[in-house]
Amino acid sequence: MNSIISLKDLKQGQRARVKSLLSTGSIRRRLQDLGLIEGTEVECLQKSPAGDPVAYLIRGAVIALRSEDSSNVLVN
Amino acid sequence: MGLTKESTGKNAVDSMLQIKKMTPDDKVIAIAGNPNVGKSTVFNGLTGLNQHTGNWPGKTVTNAQGYCRYGNSGYVLVDIPGTYSLMAHSSEEEVARNFICFGEPDAVIVVCDATCLERNLNLVLQTLEITRKVVVCVNLMDEAKRKHMQIDLDAISRKLGVPVTGTVARRKKSLDKLMQSVENLMKLDKDTPFKIEYIKPIEDAVAQLEPIIKSKVKKIDSRWLSLKLLDYDESLITALNDYLGYDLLADSHIREGLAKAKQVLSDNGITSDILRDKIVAGLVLTAESICSDTVHFDKRDYYARDRKIDKILTGKWTGFPIMVALLMGVLWLTITGANYPSAMLSDALFWIEDRLTDAFHWLGAPDWLHGMLVLGVYRVLAWVVSVMLPPMAIFFPLFTLLEDLGYLPRVAFNLDKYFKKCRACGKQALTMCMGFGCNAAGIIGCRIIDSPRERLIAIITNNFVPCNGRFPTLIAILTMFFAGAAAGPLESVYLAVLLTGVIVMGIFATFIVSRFLSGTVLKGVPSSFTLELPPFRKPQIGKVVVRSIFDRTLFVLGRAVAVAAPAGLVIWTMANLRINDLTLLAHCSRFLDPFAKLLGMDGVILIAFILGLPANEIAFPIIIMAYMSSGSLMELDNLWDLKQLLVENGWTWITAVSTMLFSLLHWPCSTTCLTIKKETQSLKWTAISVIVPTVIGIIVCFIFSGIARLLTS
Repeated sequence: MNSIISLKDLKQGQRARVKSLLSTGSIRRRLQDLGLIEGTEVECLQKSPAGDPVAYLIRGAVIALRSEDSSNVLVN
Repeated sequence: MGLTKESTGKNAVDSMLQIKKMTPDDKVIAIAGNPNVGKSTVFNGLTGLNQHTGNWPGKTVTNAQGYCRYGNSGYVLVDIPGTYSLMAHSSEEEVARNFICFGEPDAVIVVCDATCLERNLNLVLQTLEITRKVVVCVNLMDEAKRKHMQIDLDAISRKLGVPVTGTVARRKKSLDKLMQSVENLMKLDKDTPFKIEYIKPIEDAVAQLEPIIKSKVKKIDSRWLSLKLLDYDESLITALNDYLGYDLLADSHIREGLAKAKQVLSDNGITSDILRDKIVAGLVLTAESICSDTVHFDKRDYYARDRKIDKILTGKWTGFPIMVALLMGVLWLTITGANYPSAMLSDALFWIEDRLTDAFHWLGAPDWLHGMLVLGVYRVLAWVVSVMLPPMAIFFPLFTLLEDLGYLPRVAFNLDKYFKKCRACGKQALTMCMGFGCNAAGIIGCRIIDSPRERLIAIITNNFVPCNGRFPTLIAILTMFFAGAAAGPLESVYLAVLLTGVIVMGIFATFIVSRFLSGTVLKGVPSSFTLELPPFRKPQIGKVVVRSIFDRTLFVLGRAVAVAAPAGLVIWTMANLRINDLTLLAHCSRFLDPFAKLLGMDGVILIAFILGLPANEIAFPIIIMAYMSSGSLMELDNLWDLKQLLVENGWTWITAVSTMLFSLLHWPCSTTCLTIKKETQSLKWTAISVIVPTVIGIIVCFIFSGIARLLTS
């Protein structure tokens, strides 16, 4: 159960730890500001009605990410 | 001392902010914090001002300042935009960072959300790297208590080495405690910033550079500056050079030291990307370790309630129906609630008009004077007040309630996918919500959108959301021409449904135009996007009502009235000044008539929209006034008399719909135009913001009235 997947593939209710961030530029910094660094635990909370974006629990805050961005976050 | 144009640099959003001290001894305190932690509430509580607040990230987009006295000292408080970081990824963050770094505040209050302290500490730590003069204000302690969180403020204070005060911003007492901490801090004179330990190679590099910086630059913390020079940030260097008045990197010693320090990093395999990562990791992990033994709570318990609510408000099957139902509900309450006071106000105001007329006769005033002042200025004023005030006084508080609860970010969450399809930003939904109140406010709110391209799209399309100036017009027309289908209590429900339909049309127009812009003048792909869904908060109903009536309703009404008075004068003069046996108004409306007829309206309506440029609120009163002065003068007791008047002047349901469509789709009011100019710094985009809705309005009205006429003839 230690395979690396992207945050996008996390199912509702599942939790995982960040392995690495593939995104670059300002979104990378933004995610880091939110506390999303290697080792941070993330929980997938729920999808929006249209399926995207998805809300995640990151260090006590609920943050919605679009699939383009969450697919760039590797977790295990 | 203070923030000047030089010190904020050319790119700062608010380069014009000048600190206004009452006495030279006044202290300048910056209020910083993550978005949506109640900074503005703290600011308002301390200053007695009414900076707008609401439960969504990004409310405060400019530096606001206020004054507060505590003990024997005066304090100038500066409310800076909410930011997650001081690494400046967006214009607000740049404003915040530049003020803390170069605005030379005597102290910085960093407001934190007690329920999300760990993440908030990131900003505290970054601020502490710049200055030791920090008071940490852990706000929303009541929410934390409600969620059974235990926060050991004293322990955090010991770890950080600065005062940490818990507050409930709406309770004056807790704010006194905060100011006491600020006062205590002022008395201390040590100024050695808190040290965050980074990994060894970074510390080694800093050790190379710091002594040189220390000997050259006195005004800024040398460790922080060394870190920033290593982690090269162009906008910071520009602002820094402006502040220092010389080019720091022109100094050969510093350049040498920097090169050596960078060598240390690269010897250890640390590229600039890795450096940035490691610095951020240092901050995040420090925050984590501080919170690990000072904040205790039961995670499950804490999140359960909000998650349950979110499952419903943003659920797959419930999200959209609830959104529409809430919109309809708000509109229904507005329509139903406004009916009665509107009628009363109009009775009262027209009774006063009669008395004014009596007074003018008694004084023997000439007819033209009576006409200008009473039939012109006063009557338009009376119309604007009686038609505008009640719906606004109901709509604004209801809307503020939703805002305070934290519902608006959920709307953005629900709708984001569609904005993404239009290659725009989901936060555009928030700016549209603001637009319901006032489009100018909505356009300022567009600053929360980071990508310049997406911000422009949001600015140009904001006008498709009918603002409060246009609601009453829409409601009045709907009531007169379409409510007949359902009588009695169902009537207002029916009206609310119709009005919702009109608004949904505006939203569709927004999507279509956004997509169109993304494919033409504003080509591009959707940028990355993070949206915080804040915890739900219990709104303070009493305060919401008072605040929204005084801040928003009276403000918007005041603006409308200020415009309505001269407009009344102009329109009365136009309707009574005769040239070649025809009034000026008739000349104008005759001139515009052929074109207006093509759009399903008439010349008078078009003139009203044109004269309504300063404020949309007055367009409808102008129409009424124009008809009344040219036709048989009569008393207008209620909407049915009004309908009579409109029908006598050739209105049909086609005219009604065309007028509503044009009201929804036409140029923004002058305040909005000026705001667009200010925000975009470009005449071109301002012109596009005027042309796009106008052209669309003309096309839509033309097509609609053409088809409608064909079908009915």
